[in-house]
Amino acid sequence: MPRTVLIVGLLLLPLILDMYWQRVMCTAGIYAMLALAFDFLAAYVGLVCLGGALFIGAGGYISGLLNAYLGWPPLLCIPIATLAGAVISTFVLLPCLRLRGIYFAIVSFMFPLFAVYIIVALNVFGGTEGISALAILPNIWVEQYLILGMVVVSLFAIRRLVNEDIGLILRGIKDNDQAVRASGISITAYKTKAVFIASLMGCFGGAYLSHLYGWLGLSLFAMDFSILPIAACVMGGMGSLVGPVLGAFILTPMSEALRGFGQLRVVLYCLILIGFMVYKPEGLMNYIERKYHQFEHWEEV
Amino acid sequence: MEGQSVLQVRNISKAFGGVQAVEDVNFTLHKGEIFGVIGPNGSGKTTLVNLITGFVRPDSGEVLFKGKKITGIQPHKIANLGITRTFQIMRPYHSLSAFKNLIVPLNSPRVRRSRGGKLGDRDGVAIDILEDIGFERDARVPYKTAGSLPLGYLKRLELGRCIALKPEVIICDEIFSGLSMSEITSMIPLLERLQMEGITMMMIEHRLRELFRLTDRVIVMNFGQKIADGLPDEVMEKKEVKKAYLGRET
Repeated sequence: MPRTVLIVGLLLLPLILDMYWQRVMCTAGIYAMLALAFDFLAAYVGLVCLGGALFIGAGGYISGLLNAYLGWPPLLCIPIATLAGAVISTFVLLPCLRLRGIYFAIVSFMFPLFAVYIIVALNVFGGTEGISALAILPNIWVEQYLILGMVVVSLFAIRRLVNEDIGLILRGIKDNDQAVRASGISITAYKTKAVFIASLMGCFGGAYLSHLYGWLGLSLFAMDFSILPIAACVMGGMGSLVGPVLGAFILTPMSEALRGFGQLRVVLYCLILIGFMVYKPEGLMNYIERKYHQFEHWEEV
Repeated sequence: MEGQSVLQVRNISKAFGGVQAVEDVNFTLHKGEIFGVIGPNGSGKTTLVNLITGFVRPDSGEVLFKGKKITGIQPHKIANLGITRTFQIMRPYHSLSAFKNLIVPLNSPRVRRSRGGKLGDRDGVAIDILEDIGFERDARVPYKTAGSLPLGYLKRLELGRCIALKPEVIICDEIFSGLSMSEITSMIPLLERLQMEGITMMMIEHRLRELFRLTDRVIVMNFGQKIADGLPDEVMEKKEVKKAYLGRET
C-alpha cells in the first residue's frame, strides 16, 4: 500500500506541475539517484562516498562528448555513458577501496576536483567553456518520465538487492569486514561490485543531465552533487532507501524556492540538516515507518 | 596417534615496530587432533593465528598446509583452502539476523564448489547449522539480529560461521573466554564432535582446565617464543612455564 502511494505519487507529479517546476522535478530526480547511491554505499556497504560529482561528471562528459563529436542521439548516448562512466568511476575508486570510513570519504571527494583541474590544465573537452548545443531529449514528458521511471526502478532494484545474498555479504562487510574475509570471501571484489552499482545510478544521472540542458561543462563536477545527496539522506533517513529519494524531492524544490537568497541557500541547507540531526536524527522515513507500524498494530487490536 | 601433518609452521617470526610479537616459532598440527596454544597475555598467540590465516604477513618463516606453502596468500583464499578461524573479539554481522550471518560463508567459492557450483537452499542449510551448534530450532533465536544475542550465542555463531565453510582446520581464538562454566560445559561436546568429524582444531585459550579436557598436545608461548611443547600435564611442570605464568620459579 505505501509502495503504491509512492509510485503513483511520483508518476503523477509531472501532471500537476507547471513548466518551471517540471524542470525542477527533473533535477530533483537526478539528486534522488545520487542520494540513493549514497545511501546504498553508506548504509549497506559502509563506504561513505562523496564522489557524487565524479559520477555526474563522468556520465555527463561521456554522454555529451559522444553526442557532440559523433552525433549520436541522446537515447543512445545515455545508456553507453551510464555504463562507460560507471566503469571509469569504479576503476578510479578501485585503489581507494582498502580505505574505510572517513578516509574513503576524503579521497572520493578529491577526484571531482582533480577532474576539473585536469580538464582546465589540458584544455580538453571544451575546457572552461564547456560544450553547448548538445542534442536535448525529445520533449518535457520524455525528460520527466525517463528520470522518474529510473528513480522508481533503481529504488526497488536496490531494495531487493540488499536482501539478496550479495546484499547480505555487503552488509556483512559493513558490520565486519575481517569476518567476511575469514569466511572465504574477497571483500575487494564485492566492494567493487557495490561501487559499480552505485556509479551506474550516478552516471545515469550525469548523462541525463547533460542532455537535459544540452550543455556540458565543469559545473558537472560541482560540489553540490556530492553534498546535497547527504543532506537528502539525513533528512529522509539513512538506510531506508526510500527516505533519501523523498529527501531529494523535498530539498531540491526547496533550494529552488530559496533561489532568491543566492549563496545563503547553503546556509539554509545546513540549518535544515542541523535541525534534522538534532530533532529527528532517524530521518523522516524511519519516523514515518515507525508511526505507520504503530498505527497498523493499533488497528489490529 | 601421530597422524599425517595438516599444518606446519616453520620458523615463523613477526615484529611490530620494535616489538617481537612472534619469534622463530615451529610446530605441526596433525590431522584430527585438538591442539592447544597457551601463554600469558601479550605472548603472541593471536598474532600467531593472524600469521597462519594470512591477516598478517610474517617477516620470515612459512606456513605449510598439506605440504603447500600458504604464506603470502590473501586471507579469503586461505579460508577457501579450508583453514578458518574465530575472532577473539566477537565479530558477528550485527545488523543481520543470526541465520543470515551464515549466508556469507555459504556464498564462498569453497562452499559453491562443494555444491557443484549451485547454491541451493541457503536458508535451510544455515538453520540446520545453527541447530547443530545449539540454537534451538523452534525458538526465535535464529531470526533475531546478531547484535541482540547474548555472548554465549555469539561464540556459537562464530563457530557456526566456521562450520559453514566445511573446513579442515578451525582455529579458535579464546572461544571460552567470558563464558560461564555451564556454557563452556555445553560447548565442549560440540568441539569434540567436530574433532570426531575429522576437523583439526587449534585452540588458543586462557581457561586451562577446560582446554586440557580437550587437547592432546599444547605449546606454551611467552614473549613471542615457544617455550614448551608436549602433553598438557608435562608442559605445566616445566620450569619455564611456571615462571611465565607465576612470575617466579616454585
